[in-house]
Amino acid sequence: MKRRDFLKSTAVIVAGASVSLSALEFVDPKELLAANPQLRWGFLVDTHKCVGCGFCVKACKTENDIPFEANVTRTWVERYVIKTDGEVVMDCPKGARDGFTTKLLDQGASGNRLIPENEIAQAFFVPKLCNHCSTPACVQVCPVGATYQTADGTVLVDRTWCIGCGYCIMGCPYGVRFFHPVEHVADKCTFCYHRISKGGNTACAQACPFGARQIGNLKDPNDPVAQALMNQRVGVLRDEYGTKPNVYYIGLNKEVR
Amino acid sequence: MKNHVWRPLFVVIGVVIAILLFRAVYVPSDFGAQDRGYTFGYHRLSNEQEWKDYPGKYKGSDYCRECHDDKVEEVSSSQHEMIPCENCHGAAFDHPDDPEKLVIDRSRGLCIRCHTKLTMPSSGRNDIPGIDPTKHNVGEMCSECHNPHSPSLEDM
Repeated sequence: MKRRDFLKSTAVIVAGASVSLSALEFVDPKELLAANPQLRWGFLVDTHKCVGCGFCVKACKTENDIPFEANVTRTWVERYVIKTDGEVVMDCPKGARDGFTTKLLDQGASGNRLIPENEIAQAFFVPKLCNHCSTPACVQVCPVGATYQTADGTVLVDRTWCIGCGYCIMGCPYGVRFFHPVEHVADKCTFCYHRISKGGNTACAQACPFGARQIGNLKDPNDPVAQALMNQRVGVLRDEYGTKPNVYYIGLNKEVR
Repeated sequence: MKNHVWRPLFVVIGVVIAILLFRAVYVPSDFGAQDRGYTFGYHRLSNEQEWKDYPGKYKGSDYCRECHDDKVEEVSSSQHEMIPCENCHGAAFDHPDDPEKLVIDRSRGLCIRCHTKLTMPSSGRNDIPGIDPTKHNVGEMCSECHNPHSPSLEDM
């Protein structure tokens, strides 16, 4: 054999061997989902029941080791005040970690704002968390395969693999992702995967005294959340982004962004 | 072909081989497209189990009842029955082993999360009895007058 031929065939063999067999397979996600149809986690928020106590935020931070003083949180509660003249004023002091304990609305750099009682047409609270979308934008943009969706629908981050580039934080239309100040990776709500996969409740739903938050299996017709989706008028946030979110809201109105 | 073409080519092939070898060693074997396909499911499979094994902190009120059933019974007849024990008493972790004693949050800040009077029409908040924390016995702890397990004003 000539040296030239030897090198040629070596290059071909090495290149061929480096492509793993699985890379040549075409996998249809729908086919795989149909093979495992019994579980799909979803979340239901009843905005009428939420009183803005923020116990969910506190419980989430403790349960998931999110630094309490850092201005990051996996879930938060927003207060909306809609005035009689149609103006919408929103605030969310420290992610509602300490609840809403004043009538003053925290408007950031422009200071606090008090809205006179007779000018308030509607006022309510909206808890927010990761929507665990069916087509998550954050997962699509990850360049290293550190964030992914499990078969049962939860979107998770592999902390050992995340390079902290922040694409997913930018890619999420709901702003639920943040940079974890201690782990130095992208972080987000996991639906308390460690709790729900052992048959438990999420920390936020367990801490809510009013039952405003519920997690359930959307594939089980007898599940309370699945039932509510069938029998009640529910909405999702930012439907127009096409991410197909799986956190449903009772009593959502158009002012909520 | 001339040597000046072959030599850099060998270098390139060498670099490619080195990268492929490094990749084979560095990338875990369970890395690949899983249940959700390439777009949404490309990940290291064992990470799912790592998240399932994440240590939980909150144990739930049923766990408290196992030992403190008298206290759970006491609160069960009051309006505060709906509040999980751990919201005020702190997450159980591995109590009673570690920590041996839980630190109870008796601060005003905890009570006024719900009991600050806010004008919130179209929200459940409007139905909760509330005070103005800047005027109502400022500086006192709520629990000095109100029993958190039986907060009814008639019982005061």
